[in-house]
Amino acid sequence: MAEKIKVHDPRGYPPKVTGKRLAPRLETLEGKNVFLVDCLFDNSEVFMNELRDWFGKHFPTVKTPIIKPRQSWVDDPEMRARVAADGDAAILGVGL
Amino acid sequence: MSLEEAGIPTIAVHTHVFARLAKATSLANGMPTTRQAFVPQPVVDRSAADLRAYIEGVDPVSKRPFMQEVIEGLSGPLSNEDLKGTSFDRTRQKLLEPDSEENLHKLFQDNFWTDNLPIVLPTEERVAAMLKGTSHAPDKVVGRLRPAEFREFWELTVEKVAVNAVMAGARPEYLPVILAMASSGTTARSSSTTSFAGIGVVNGPIRNEIGMNAGIGAMGPFNHANSTIGRAWNLLSQNLQGGSTPNESYMGTLGNWYSYSATFPENEEKSPWEPLHTRYGFKKTDSAVTLFRGGRYTQAGFGPRATWKEKFKRVFAACSPRQSPLLVMDPIVARLFTGLGFDSKEKLIAWIEENATLPAREYWDDQWVQTLLKPLAVSGVEPYATNLKAAPDALLQMFRAEEINIVVTGGETQGAWKIYEGARNNNGTVSIDAWR
Repeated sequence: MAEKIKVHDPRGYPPKVTGKRLAPRLETLEGKNVFLVDCLFDNSEVFMNELRDWFGKHFPTVKTPIIKPRQSWVDDPEMRARVAADGDAAILGVGL
Repeated sequence: MSLEEAGIPTIAVHTHVFARLAKATSLANGMPTTRQAFVPQPVVDRSAADLRAYIEGVDPVSKRPFMQEVIEGLSGPLSNEDLKGTSFDRTRQKLLEPDSEENLHKLFQDNFWTDNLPIVLPTEERVAAMLKGTSHAPDKVVGRLRPAEFREFWELTVEKVAVNAVMAGARPEYLPVILAMASSGTTARSSSTTSFAGIGVVNGPIRNEIGMNAGIGAMGPFNHANSTIGRAWNLLSQNLQGGSTPNESYMGTLGNWYSYSATFPENEEKSPWEPLHTRYGFKKTDSAVTLFRGGRYTQAGFGPRATWKEKFKRVFAACSPRQSPLLVMDPIVARLFTGLGFDSKEKLIAWIEENATLPAREYWDDQWVQTLLKPLAVSGVEPYATNLKAAPDALLQMFRAEEINIVVTGGETQGAWKIYEGARNNNGTVSIDAWR
């Protein structure tokens, strides 16, 4: 039987994960203000325009303003604050 | 997820190839039931009609109508799991379960803890010997790494860096260089879909103290220190940042050979110019390592010959305008440039800044210029805002001087140069002496 040896675990130290609850969901989207957050990936603007048109056709009472962060991949607290203040919901896309 | 915490119901739309990564990221943020909907990959280059078809079609992950996923993601009742999220601690034992050498090698490979080349198993004895290469305590926190923006940072200690240095085959005297790389916050193993790698350049006395090679074959597999230091930076990046597993924590579509090892020293003794690290506040007598993100494009040539300006203009125009260049040249080339009046790196960098140009229509048609620079232009940030107003055929400068770097290395067997993509981070030049 081969000798057993002890070796170090090569992986780093992940942070502890603290559970967070989801926000309460809406009963209906009718009459609500749903921000379409364009994450600025190439062509995501076209996707968001099509999504807004889809809502206009199928849910005409839903307001769907398109909003963009100031930079790609950089948190934009002002944009988040505006969505939180004026929005009922948000759709983010498209990309990670 | 910040919007969810602010009380705004959200749903994130991704392309389907990111499904596993999106779920894993939600879990790591304590919100595993984050609402997500998926469209087919790609979105880039698809027409409005194509994207409309995505919207009116089926979510390729859930197999349900895409818009049904979206609407139900924003409305309807929440489950108990939605309301509490998921808390967990991922603390692990320092040592793995004892096993045979053969089984441990298999364990390391099966878990993507290696680069699929043979590694040295990090036994307690080997790690203890490696730790003699630094005066710092094993439990000292070196820094934090993550594989991409908006992913969680993992913390790394001196001991964990030493473990990965052992695996790479490095010697204890290399450890200060490897610790400096680890402390930079620059990962050599980004998860970017674009497959960029890490490139390291070592300057100062330590190059000779540990026997690095800045002569013949400096950028090839011909020197133990060059090879294993670069390898260690890659192994520690993948293991200490939370993994580099394809389709989970690594998404580079083509991958990158430079991800095995890409670290070399400058040939300061043969260069007619000041060494790289002095550009970033270090003295010649300091030892430092400069870290670049790049390696997606490589161009090469010889000279400078009579028509070098035309060639350089063509070569730089073929580089991606978002990814700045690292010009690496043999000492022969550097001396020829001094003969042409470029008696400092700064003068040649200024020439490149002025002459590396693209017509505006080509510049703005680049995918990453669109994604990363156009938003800045729209926000009024210069020079991008002015460039956005340029006529389609107007020539735009591709790079700013501070984004362009030059390194002299090689063994004078040929007047060869190469241009690599090499973007230096703001904190991308790190003291090695601080980690001795």
